[in-house]
Amino acid sequence: MTKAEQFAKKRKRRLVIRTIVLIALLAAVVFAIATKKSEKVLAIGDEAPDFEIVDLEGNKHRLSEYKGQGVFLNFWGSWCGPCKTEMPFMEKQSKEFKGKGVHILALNIKDTRLKAETFRDQYKLTFPIAQDKDESILRAYNVIPLPTTILIDPDGIIVDIITTGMDEEEIRQAMESIQPE
Amino acid sequence: MSKSMIKCQCGHENPFGTVLCESCGRPQTEEAKKSKTVDMRYEGSARRSQTYQRTIVDKIWNFFSSVKIGVSIIIAVLVTSAIGTIFPQKLYVPANTEAEIAAYYERLYGTFGKIYYNLGFHDMYNSWWFITLVGMLGTSILIASVDRVVPLYKSLKQQRTKRHPSFLKRQRVYGDGPVEDADASLKKAEEKLKQLRYNVKVEDGAILAEKNRFSRWGPYVNHTGLLIFLGAILLRGIPGFYVDESMWLREGDTLEIPGAPGYFIESKGFIREVYSNEDDEIFGKALERNPMIDKNFQTDVALYKKAEGDLPGQTDNISLVKEYSIIVNEPLTFDGYSIFQMDYRTDELKSMDFQLTDKETEQSLGEFTVDLVNPESTYDLGDGRIVELKDYYPDYAGFENGEPTSKSPLPNNPAFFFKMITPEKPEGEISFVAIRQTVEADENDYKVNFVSADTRNISGLTIRKDRTLYILLAGGIIFMIGVAQGSYWNHRRIWIQKGENNEMLIASHTNKNWYSLKREMGQVKEHASLPSYEDREDKESDKEEEEGDID
Repeated sequence: MTKAEQFAKKRKRRLVIRTIVLIALLAAVVFAIATKKSEKVLAIGDEAPDFEIVDLEGNKHRLSEYKGQGVFLNFWGSWCGPCKTEMPFMEKQSKEFKGKGVHILALNIKDTRLKAETFRDQYKLTFPIAQDKDESILRAYNVIPLPTTILIDPDGIIVDIITTGMDEEEIRQAMESIQPE
Repeated sequence: MSKSMIKCQCGHENPFGTVLCESCGRPQTEEAKKSKTVDMRYEGSARRSQTYQRTIVDKIWNFFSSVKIGVSIIIAVLVTSAIGTIFPQKLYVPANTEAEIAAYYERLYGTFGKIYYNLGFHDMYNSWWFITLVGMLGTSILIASVDRVVPLYKSLKQQRTKRHPSFLKRQRVYGDGPVEDADASLKKAEEKLKQLRYNVKVEDGAILAEKNRFSRWGPYVNHTGLLIFLGAILLRGIPGFYVDESMWLREGDTLEIPGAPGYFIESKGFIREVYSNEDDEIFGKALERNPMIDKNFQTDVALYKKAEGDLPGQTDNISLVKEYSIIVNEPLTFDGYSIFQMDYRTDELKSMDFQLTDKETEQSLGEFTVDLVNPESTYDLGDGRIVELKDYYPDYAGFENGEPTSKSPLPNNPAFFFKMITPEKPEGEISFVAIRQTVEADENDYKVNFVSADTRNISGLTIRKDRTLYILLAGGIIFMIGVAQGSYWNHRRIWIQKGENNEMLIASHTNKNWYSLKREMGQVKEHASLPSYEDREDKESDKEEEEGDID
């Protein structure tokens, strides 16, 4: 091998190393920005974390058992105004969609059991209501404001996260969007 | 031969950009040939960045290799970091939505606050451009170091003992002159230099004495430490490496620990103690002035863990890990987590005692306690007297559309709908009872009286986990080693070689602390009767030294 060839080879190797180093550094910066941004929030398109909870009637509900059906997962509190407003609409639509494979599951946050029960009786709610006592489901879904509604399609994928109260038409559309075909 | 090489008169091939021949030290550039003393930085070797300017990769590389660019980046990081401290960061602003945050800055800091918010300075340290800037800093440190340390290492390794006189003549400290016996002087110089703990190499009538070369690596060791430090901060973004959360935990409650999925913590009680006179008489005077001096904040907790693979919400397989008393500076630790006692709130209502009274006779018909955390719906007082709790409003805020409302789930201002059933009134009477308020639909014969209340405390806990701590520590230690290495030791070299006839040449170089180098040279010169030399950049110091010698 001549000196010139050796030199050319060396230069090529150097170019490769430099390229790798620069790409690695760029990747590190992109990674740092990405991890700062996301802050481990669930997003639309993510798989809904599975959970299991016992409702006020004593029935066990496991999210994964609803595979093939739509789940309208609602987080609520008795003191929250918009929660109260949307409850009668939810009740009405839950009856509409019951035969169509869309279920409402309402998770009560922070209320006493007595309050959750009187609330259920007052609004004559028939869909299952459970209390997330240790707030682990609240945490798993990273829910901050109440009400928050998570729409989970028949494949167990989150298709929408709604962080405001809804009117009847919005609830109907929401339930339609997760209705199995 | 390649164009990118410069061939020196001595036959050695140097890379393009070389100032001083790697082997013999002859100046290679016109500028160096003309100058009286040479710049010895990086041994006059070609910094790698100067070697090629061909591809875009090389151009980016060279950009980051520049010290000027590096310093500019450091200044930019410093300035932006400083700007981030002018107003509180987003994290410390009591607002949730972006609109509220924007309003907060404008309300408190006026136009500047608005500009500050709009420019994104309110979340400086998480902004993509700040992270990019820090990333550029890391890149600059890495590339600039690699570009310098490799050629420096090579040229120090390749340096020959015997140098060309043109190299020696251009050193800062240089001298030449005749000696009586050159060989004897060389021998004596070698002896003295060894005694001064130099590494001495002798070759063909020339001596190269060298000391503390490792101090030249100080800056690069230091940069390695910095890069480890930056890397550790990067790792914090990976889930499981870094947690910094906080929670409020009420006595008796069990909650999942934020940031530690699968772990639950129950508060068995919060204790706040203050110093009293009985503790110690020494404190007597201080306590007279201020009777409430805190002695202890403590939360007694039980830690539970959920069985592996259990889902959120499943609570049937929870097992106790340990019980512990968290006090200030003595956190509960488990699985890399530490839970610290940080804050407290006292006296939140926990339960209320009531009395059922006959309005007419003011006679008590029995007492009952309503647990505000988990109220029951019926209270049997015996003799056919039953009080039913029909509804409960923990934070009563008046009526709205004929219906009582509660503004939060916390029992700050509890109100109750009671149904009072007695043998005399079997269909029951309804009464709405709030603090200092009773509302009746019809005139009742009975009433529910408030008797007393029980309270509970709330502990403010902080959950920390930092797997990067030891990496940060290692980075810090390496950084300091580098600083010490480069600061407390100096790389010293002394060249002594025979010239024409009985002439001797002597030259020396150090990266800092020329005074000590010259003192050592003085000792060698004396011992080996070498020619005198001068420091060409600090002639005054030589004179002072001579005057000093006379004294």
